[in-house]
Amino acid sequence: MTEVTMVVNGKSVTKSVKGNTLMTEFLREELRLTGTHVGCDTSQCGACVVHVNGEAVKSCTMFAAEANGAEVNTIESMENPDGSLGVIQQAFQDHHGLQCGFCTPGMVMSAAALLKDNPKPSEAEIRDYLEGNICRCTGYHNIVKSIMAASGQDVSNIAAE
Amino acid sequence: MYSFDVERPTSVADAATALGKEDAQALGGGQTLIPTLKQRLASPSVLVSLSGIDEIKGVSSDGGKITIGGGTNHATVAAEAGAYAALADLANNIGDPAVRNRGTIGGSLANNDPSACYPAAALASGATITTNNRDIAADDYFQGMFTTALEEGEIVTSVSFPVPEAASYQKFEQPASRFSLVGVFVAKYADSVRVAVTGASEEGVFRWSEAEAALSGNFSADALEGLSVSGDGMISDLHGSGDYRAHLVKVMTKRAVAAAS
Ligand SMILES: Cc1cc2nc3c(=O)[nH]c(=O)nc-3n(C[C@H](O)[C@H](O)[C@H](O)COP(=O)(O)OP(=O)(O)OC[C@H]3O[C@@H](n4cnc5c(N)ncnc54)[C@H](O)[C@@H]3O)c2cc1C
Ligand code: FES
Ligand code: FES
Repeated sequence: MTEVTMVVNGKSVTKSVKGNTLMTEFLREELRLTGTHVGCDTSQCGACVVHVNGEAVKSCTMFAAEANGAEVNTIESMENPDGSLGVIQQAFQDHHGLQCGFCTPGMVMSAAALLKDNPKPSEAEIRDYLEGNICRCTGYHNIVKSIMAASGQDVSNIAAE
Repeated sequence: MYSFDVERPTSVADAATALGKEDAQALGGGQTLIPTLKQRLASPSVLVSLSGIDEIKGVSSDGGKITIGGGTNHATVAAEAGAYAALADLANNIGDPAVRNRGTIGGSLANNDPSACYPAAALASGATITTNNRDIAADDYFQGMFTTALEEGEIVTSVSFPVPEAASYQKFEQPASRFSLVGVFVAKYADSVRVAVTGASEEGVFRWSEAEAALSGNFSADALEGLSVSGDGMISDLHGSGDYRAHLVKVMTKRAVAAAS
């Protein structure tokens, strides 16, 4: 067991973890932050994407021990302080960017990482950035549309509703 | 996963000491090793994470060379290796953004997956792989699929690439994994042309010497017209036969020559 300290969604946490504890397990089982989903557990689907020191990472493919000293943000940090949906989340709701919702936490966290570096991405840039996020339901069009809308761009000409 | 401890040293010297323990293994970005651990294909007693070692991170260039720390992730190479555009471009097309934020050049070269991208760049550029013990020329480093000149516990601390006059990496993606089904890196230097092929051979990354000879006299896609590659010894799987891969080697080499800038 090793002791780790990190700041998760703005709060400092210190816990003892086993070497083989994945970030997904740490977040979901230790901290009960179950918004981060585990779709594949094989680094393919992106349902588990969180931000570590501001960068999108697949939390199923990182050990909690490696995040010692890091700042971690999960989907739970995306809401507004009053508990209402954040801009990206609201855009997903408004533009039908989700169906079953399983992939959505990862989609929103990837979108947030993209918009931080590229506040007005093109449709092609969004599709390229989502290469590691798989959705079994939506067919992606409305996810792309949601992200464009969240970045304040006109989506009336984007295909498919 | 079997159980193991994770250590996070902050210097190469401490990491080397930690790796001296029985059944200790280095952990780079974990993008290959963690899936391997989940499948119980490895059972280290200690994982020595290299992610806390600042001295092996970063990109620097001088005197026609670009040097990348062994612990530098793919996203950083994509953003900072502009002095060698073909290399930055290669890094930018590995996996997806989250993989690029964790995976490292040292991990990729140590693993030497037969379909990985960096081995093609290192071999085509005649790069030098530097470890905590020595410098290894790329021509001596790659020794077959998943096999390299690295000794047990040796750490890739940096990789140094001579910047070519023109270069391009062309990757024909395997559509599910997006690894290269076949990838070809062509690099043109003042005195030679080097062509390295990944994804194709059962021996791992290799130099296509006939193409190098043809291109040295005439650096154009036409120079490759008369050449052919045999399907013998090529990887054959559900994604493509050996003959198909052999065909792609020539196609991708031509595209790389045409795109080289
Ligand atoms: C979804 C996905 C898509 C991918 N697509 C591609 C692709 O298109 N092209 C491609 O080339 N790769 C691809 N990869 C692999 C990725 O580039 C890995 O990051 C890389 O192969 C391994 O680097 P790592 O730092 O993650 O190493 P790790 O997984 O941590 O380690 C791999 C091996 O290297 C050893 N090691 C790690 N660092 C060092 C070091 N500095 N010195 C000595 N030994 C070390 C470890 O002990 C281990 O044996 C993909 C991976 C995933 C998950
Ligand atoms: S659960 Fe992490 S990538 Fe699928
Ligand atoms: S909404 Fe169901 S997987 Fe994306």
